[in-house]
Amino acid sequence: MAKISLSVNGERREVEADPAAPLIFVLRDQLGLTGPKLGCAQEQCGACAVIVDGERTLSCVRAASEFEGNEITTVEGLSGGGELSPIQQAFAEMGAAQCGYCTPGIVIAATALLSSNPRPSEDEIVEALHQHLCRCGSHRRVLAAIDNLIAGGV
Amino acid sequence: MAGSASLETHPGLDQWIEITEDERILVHTGKVDIGQRISTALAMIAAEELDVDYDRIDIKRTETGIDPNEGFTAGSMSMMHSGNAVRHAAATARARLLDMAADELGAERDSLEIDDGLIQVPGTNRSVSFWELAGGKPFEADVDIDIPVKAPAGHSVIGQTVLAKGMTGIVSGKMEYLHDLRLPGMKFGRLVRPPHYRASLKSLDAGVVERLEASGVSVIRNGSFLAVAAEGEYEAVKAAARLANAAEWDMGGGLPTQELYEALTANERISLPVVEGGAPIDAPVPALADPPAEAAATLSARYEKPYHMHGSIGPSAGCAVFEDGRLTVWTHNQGVYPLRAAIAEALEMEPDDVHVRFVPGAGCYGHNGADDAAFDAALCAIAVPGAPILLKWTRDDEHAWEPYGSAMVMELRASIDGGGRIIDWSHESYGDTFMGRPAPGRAGTPAEKLVSTHFMENPIDWPVPPPTMGAHVGIHRNLEPFYNFPVPRLVKNLVRGMPLRVSALRTLGAFGNTVAIEAFMNELAEAAGIDPVTFRLNHLDDDRAKECITALAGMMAADEAGDGDGLGQGIAFARYKNSAAYCATGAEVEITDEAEVKLTRAWIACDAGEVVDPHGLIAQLEGGYIQAASWTLYEQVTWDRDGITSRDWDSYPILRFDNVPEVECRLMERPGMPFLGAGETVAGPAGGAIANAIHDAIGIRLRRMPFNRDAIRAAALA
Ligand code: FES
Ligand code: FES
Repeated sequence: MAKISLSVNGERREVEADPAAPLIFVLRDQLGLTGPKLGCAQEQCGACAVIVDGERTLSCVRAASEFEGNEITTVEGLSGGGELSPIQQAFAEMGAAQCGYCTPGIVIAATALLSSNPRPSEDEIVEALHQHLCRCGSHRRVLAAIDNLIAGGV
Repeated sequence: MAGSASLETHPGLDQWIEITEDERILVHTGKVDIGQRISTALAMIAAEELDVDYDRIDIKRTETGIDPNEGFTAGSMSMMHSGNAVRHAAATARARLLDMAADELGAERDSLEIDDGLIQVPGTNRSVSFWELAGGKPFEADVDIDIPVKAPAGHSVIGQTVLAKGMTGIVSGKMEYLHDLRLPGMKFGRLVRPPHYRASLKSLDAGVVERLEASGVSVIRNGSFLAVAAEGEYEAVKAAARLANAAEWDMGGGLPTQELYEALTANERISLPVVEGGAPIDAPVPALADPPAEAAATLSARYEKPYHMHGSIGPSAGCAVFEDGRLTVWTHNQGVYPLRAAIAEALEMEPDDVHVRFVPGAGCYGHNGADDAAFDAALCAIAVPGAPILLKWTRDDEHAWEPYGSAMVMELRASIDGGGRIIDWSHESYGDTFMGRPAPGRAGTPAEKLVSTHFMENPIDWPVPPPTMGAHVGIHRNLEPFYNFPVPRLVKNLVRGMPLRVSALRTLGAFGNTVAIEAFMNELAEAAGIDPVTFRLNHLDDDRAKECITALAGMMAADEAGDGDGLGQGIAFARYKNSAAYCATGAEVEITDEAEVKLTRAWIACDAGEVVDPHGLIAQLEGGYIQAASWTLYEQVTWDRDGITSRDWDSYPILRFDNVPEVECRLMERPGMPFLGAGETVAGPAGGAIANAIHDAIGIRLRRMPFNRDAIRAAALA
């Protein structure tokens, strides 16, 4: 066990954790942030994605201790003060989720994309979501939600 | 208005509708929300009939002993069961509340108006609310199906766009899934599975077990069932890895490795004719006669589909606690009552001592690992009494141990006459069972369908299910064509000795059967020299079916489907189970230079009767199309002697964002018509349309799924 100091959703959090523990276990079990989901633990599905210093990052393999000094945002951190972010709002309105298990990861990917590139092309959107699997087939609505946002100007 | 089988078993109004003390309405249902938005549709129905705002309606998560027993949430039956029950229950509740209000307000009942649960005497300030009248109090009455429900013209909620129940929680990451459960004193569990079904535990290094236990980890061993439970989840992950290294397995004979499609038609089997109405009968199978003399052309084709995974994005999980002889189980399975029976039987407990509660999980699409994981958690809980154990399968567990959708072979032969009419039709389907759910009242015992019962001390034998004899179940779902052919020859073949564990996957045999029928219809249309739309219409009497196909053809024509270099387009049609929703689909594809099928556009025309939640239905149709496209183009479970080899998302690829077609949906307007289940209707037609579009694009008829790059290259070379 080691002391790990993380900055998550704008707050500094100190935890005692196994230095080898992947970030997702610290987020979910120690910080109570269960938005990021464990889907494969092999960096193959995208369910565990969080934003690290502005970049979409998978949290299921790399140790939490590697993220000391970075700014981590989970899906919970996107809705400040209980208000949904515009992206979350667009996803909800479009019904861009069925079971929703893949959704936090996809919302994170869309957020990271649009914050660095507010007017992405269709190809750039697909590229940004390529690592994200959805078994319910919500893809079309996800793309529509993102398109709506871009059309409305984020 | 149709009654509901659910009301026959649960006639009490209080079993469905509760006027709560906190000014809300709680709807009880035995159907669970697995992402198909049944909660949303039920809340809309209740809001409509009660005249209460949609936002004030909550849908209770099902648990045994409290909520109605509606069996499984499956087969696109939820709207017919729960939808109708809730509709009548809400109408009854409204009528009783009006009676009470008339008394209370001393007013003429028929003059009263309701606005969001507030009953008013018009033109006065006299009013009383549902909650003042009945908050927290039972109705103590039965649902009266003779009380009229609202006419479609008066609907203000049904058919509208609403924010789906739970959606805000989902997008904000705050929705609680079973995987997120936190209970006092809870421990995390992980399994150490054998390498495959036929392996058994030979030895376990006692030193490792001792060291794990000394560090506070519980090691659970029951025959060849191995698991760990630890305070922290990552601790459990590590402990499971250490335990896996300490285990040695006897591999038995390994898994059978006979060529799959050869096994399906060569192995021992039970063959039964399927007759009008879609059910098999216990009679000899009629021989395939020579084609009729009037036949102008006779075609034969054999279509094949491999084993498919449910492939939930969240691996299955279960939670259980054993205290004072009672077991409580949290599950994301599709039926809490059947699971209770199965667990009670497997553990030799009284069902009353087992309490099962539904908590959402990832989408399951049928009988995936949820029931098994619940039982695994129960086995751990019994070994570690007092502590709730949240046991999660890994991705590897899920890919290698879930019950797959059976592989199938469909052999068809048909003749057309000189006028292009089908005058003879034979369709034989071969496959293993789809009926592997742990449930009482079915062949075999519920317990034998929980995978870990085969690894416990005194293991139960693997099930050998008899053929199911109902209409449109299992292999023979949608085996009977919906088209008008002279008495078709239909045969269901339940094949023995197949290598992999199987059960219910979305649509059961309907996907394979419909893809085969619809691809073959195009082959026949081509032989007859008639376009595929007209050819289908020529063989249909049912007006609603024809309207769907005509609407689809209109949409595709308007969009110039298939016009363009290298593009192909195809259509397909089915009525799910020949009794649920009608669905016609179109596909446009392009075959890339890398021999990959690119899905450019898709069209869906669906008649699901009255539509409560159009957005939800469109999402289901689009999602079903995309999932079926994934089955058609990419998926197959693979294995060798030493076990399953498709154990992750690289070895079992599914469709990704780079191959999502634009989808246009048309819902036929059928106000006031009975609900027709629609959650599964699109899958078969989607696969059929894609198969036909590929043929249109490159002139190659692919008949063995998946239609991936290898298949296209091999066919192009042949
Ligand atoms: S859980 Fe991290 S990518 Fe799947
Ligand atoms: S919404 Fe269920 S996996 Fe994407």
